[in-house]
Amino acid sequence: MKILRNYLNKIKPNFEEGGKLHAFRSVFDGMETFLFVPNDTAKSGVNIHDAIDSKRIMSLVVIALVPALLVGMYNIGYQNYMAAGIDGTWYQMFLYGLLAMLPKIVVSYLVGLGIEFVVAQFKGEEIHEGFLVSGLLIPMIVPVGCPLWILAIATAFSVIFAKEVFGGTGMNIVNVALIARAFIFFAYPSVISGDTVWVATDSIFGLGADLPDGYTCATALQFVANGSEITGATGAALCPIDMLTGLMPGSIGETSVIAIALGAILLLWTGVASWKTMLSVFVGGIAMSLLFQYTLPENSVAQVPFWQHLILGGFCFGAVFMATDPVTSARTETGKYIYGFGIGAMAILIRVLNPGYPEGMMLAILLMNVVAPFIDYCVVQSNVNARARRLTKKN
Amino acid sequence: MAELFSKKNKEALNTPLLKNNPVTVQVLGICSALAVTSKLEPAIVMGLSVTIIVSMANVIISLIRNTIPNRIRIIIQLVVVAALVTMVSEVLKAFAYDVSVQLSVYIGLIITNCILMGRLEAFAMQNGPWASFLDGIGNGVGYAAILVIVAIVRELFGSGALLGIQVIPQALYDAGYINNGLMLMAPMAFFLIACIIWVQRAKDKSLQE
Repeated sequence: MKILRNYLNKIKPNFEEGGKLHAFRSVFDGMETFLFVPNDTAKSGVNIHDAIDSKRIMSLVVIALVPALLVGMYNIGYQNYMAAGIDGTWYQMFLYGLLAMLPKIVVSYLVGLGIEFVVAQFKGEEIHEGFLVSGLLIPMIVPVGCPLWILAIATAFSVIFAKEVFGGTGMNIVNVALIARAFIFFAYPSVISGDTVWVATDSIFGLGADLPDGYTCATALQFVANGSEITGATGAALCPIDMLTGLMPGSIGETSVIAIALGAILLLWTGVASWKTMLSVFVGGIAMSLLFQYTLPENSVAQVPFWQHLILGGFCFGAVFMATDPVTSARTETGKYIYGFGIGAMAILIRVLNPGYPEGMMLAILLMNVVAPFIDYCVVQSNVNARARRLTKKN
Repeated sequence: MAELFSKKNKEALNTPLLKNNPVTVQVLGICSALAVTSKLEPAIVMGLSVTIIVSMANVIISLIRNTIPNRIRIIIQLVVVAALVTMVSEVLKAFAYDVSVQLSVYIGLIITNCILMGRLEAFAMQNGPWASFLDGIGNGVGYAAILVIVAIVRELFGSGALLGIQVIPQALYDAGYINNGLMLMAPMAFFLIACIIWVQRAKDKSLQE
């Protein structure tokens, strides 16, 4: 640590006014504050300073994402080997997944951070750290068959239009990673829905196998929407254990409930994510699916047991990593319950009532992101009114 | 002749093109700019129709501006515009039937286009016919220019074509290129118009609030 600090101190003058590398000052500043908590203190006003700043919070979320990422990588390889019908050791499968996933992560970070660095340099501001999490989330919520150039366009679109135009990190109204996904969803529907993109079809450096042209495999929710039995890459039926461990086709990071739960424990234990939001998303989902189960006996999606609704698709991933985003969720404590409940309920509502969209989590979270400020306003206003009433009663 | 293009008249023609563009600065006529710009051809026809109607209506209203009773001036303006719109609509149906089908109700809805009422109220009611004519041409072309820019981007990236002729080579599609479906939806027109406004305001400091 000491060596790193000394090294940074040594190269720092190069980046200051008049230094050789002044043009890259925002890059240096971003790296320095990422590695070490900055020593700056506020110059005016009274401030309460938390020991943990936003770069540290972002790093915690990235750590929480790691289990889901690792299982997702393993699952990419597992699905390819299963679909090809060949045997492979677990590390071959993992390596295959790693090689399939790595370009996506690199592209997402390169494009997103590139735009952030340019904007920061242009405006003469510090680099915002928000993309640290978004950059990892974006490749995790797309299918493995999503081409890199589409990922790059979507990332650029979401960073510019969902974040920078609103003023950068902490100012965005809607979740940046989900805007990237929504962009792909509406602009290039063929690479994010349908039944050809969920299993990797090419061999990489001799690992895995080339699947025959025309190989198809739908996600669990698409089978549910069609009213057929849920099957995996080989065509065999999936059991609930597969749904929990995540060894089934789906977006890369969303499949494994167990890995997501590990991340959730870390987020809740450190207090980064709000348990109120997380809990109420699940409560909303359960309430809505139970309601549909009894009111719509003919609808095949409505007849899926409520626990299966929660472990299929992106429900868990959205509830743990997307809904709890402190920037876009409701800020008031009561508001968090309403906000979370709305997400869970809307997700199931879209799944059940719109046959065109087998998965509703993305649109549900985006919708509630937009509504969140209104929820906060209502909560604050009702509190103001309640206190005003109490005051007049006393007098 | 020098009088015909006096400084004031030139201004009436020039300012709506950029500095006071009806779409990007006054933010009028957005509805049709979203609706007809997914292809280039209807956008050009729409821009042309609006240019003709707004300049003709401006001239007519300007000619009778001193005899219009103040209380019923909006009704009279509407009658004039409606008559012109009906004529343009009939001409399109007779000579460019396919485009008029694509434009469907939006030709008829030119009546409600805020640019028209805005120009009639703000300019033609106070100025002579020649200046009003130039003002109408300027506003119509300013509107049409934005429509055409948006339509070029939308058709090029949404359908890979311009005026229905494929521009993006087939080899690119074979290499895995896919048309952007979002370009064909109205929301993308919003983003594009926003980008144009963004560029314009960044360049022209006097427009910044």
